[in-house]
Amino acid sequence: MTPEDIKLIVALCRQRAGLNIDPARTYLIESRLAPLARREAYGSVSELIAGLRARREEPLIWALVEAMTSSETAFFRDRKPFHLFRDEILPTLTRLRGPEPIRIWSAGCSTGQEAYSLAMIAEAGVGLEPGARIEIYGSDLSERALEKAQAGLYNQFEVQRGLPIRMLVDYFEKVDDSWRLSPRIRQRVRWRRINLAADLSAVGRFDVIFCRNVLSAMDPATRPRVLEGLAAALPADGFLVLGEGESPLGLTDAYRPISGRGGLFARNPAHRVAA
Amino acid sequence: MKTCLLVDDSRVIRKVARRILEDLGFEVAEASDGLEALAWCRAAMPDVILLDWNMPVMNGLDFLRQLRTEPGGDAPKVVFCTVESEPVRIREALAAGACEYIMKPFDGDIIQAKFVEAGLASEESLAA
Repeated sequence: MTPEDIKLIVALCRQRAGLNIDPARTYLIESRLAPLARREAYGSVSELIAGLRARREEPLIWALVEAMTSSETAFFRDRKPFHLFRDEILPTLTRLRGPEPIRIWSAGCSTGQEAYSLAMIAEAGVGLEPGARIEIYGSDLSERALEKAQAGLYNQFEVQRGLPIRMLVDYFEKVDDSWRLSPRIRQRVRWRRINLAADLSAVGRFDVIFCRNVLSAMDPATRPRVLEGLAAALPADGFLVLGEGESPLGLTDAYRPISGRGGLFARNPAHRVAA
Repeated sequence: MKTCLLVDDSRVIRKVARRILEDLGFEVAEASDGLEALAWCRAAMPDVILLDWNMPVMNGLDFLRQLRTEPGGDAPKVVFCTVESEPVRIREALAAGACEYIMKPFDGDIIQAKFVEAGLASEESLAA
């Protein structure tokens, strides 16, 4: 790749999806784009970029941007947010909402482990009112990540990172050397491609949004806009869950932190959501 | 320091697992089959047992069932570490009193994650 190639990649990622790609990390760029180059029958990443310059085709541009997103995720990643969800958020919301459905959004879900972790908690239903309805939605920029999420099929390494063994035997079926989420868990989650850097006004309403380790991969200028877009999708008593070390403070006044609950944020009543 | 009894008939596996367990802060003892492990437990009950299934003399499941009938044998947390990966086998191990279960091949990340799951290691040690 030439410096011009890298400049083009960085610019496309920023413009299309608000992604912050460090141009110095050529190895990372190379390793994320190499599989795409192979799939598109180019001999190398350089040839892929040359092809992109020659024919500025939208599907290829998007395939490139999507390939540059991080797919790093795990079942019950960081544990604490899921304990919070199970022990506090879900019991509170099911009491407040009664028979009304509670809508949970895993934003930037990658290959689906976060959304399925939430679905397993909902399925176990510990401490929940009978008749509580919990709807779970997973979204990602990457079509390929969503395809894997939808299939619900994980390898032995993936199911041993963060997933308690009891949940593996209760909620998965073994298929050859892989493990597939059982239909009753898969049916709990709906998948959708959403670009968080685009207009979020039509995404609908969600009571809880998990958006972890997504903002930190974004361009600083995009972060406030994404946070405000997510705030507009939350009701006054909704919650936002961010990743470790992520915070809306200093970026927008749309949220207030909940003390003693790291990573958990509520809507700030003083903030007026733009129409 | 917490003690972990490492039970596996493969010397190579024991060598690899020992290093990971020591990095997690355990004092490690080794046994190469269930009977040897039982002798260890009768002398000094460990806090944790990392247990292979298929071994000569006495296999891991028979060892676990015997252990749970011994005085003080309820105390150790037992984590299986085996090539057995059929759900029916895993359920059998859990019913016999295993608290976590690792399917081989494993690496340091998996052992750490499973030990955190079983309350045997802190998440901080994961980052180390």
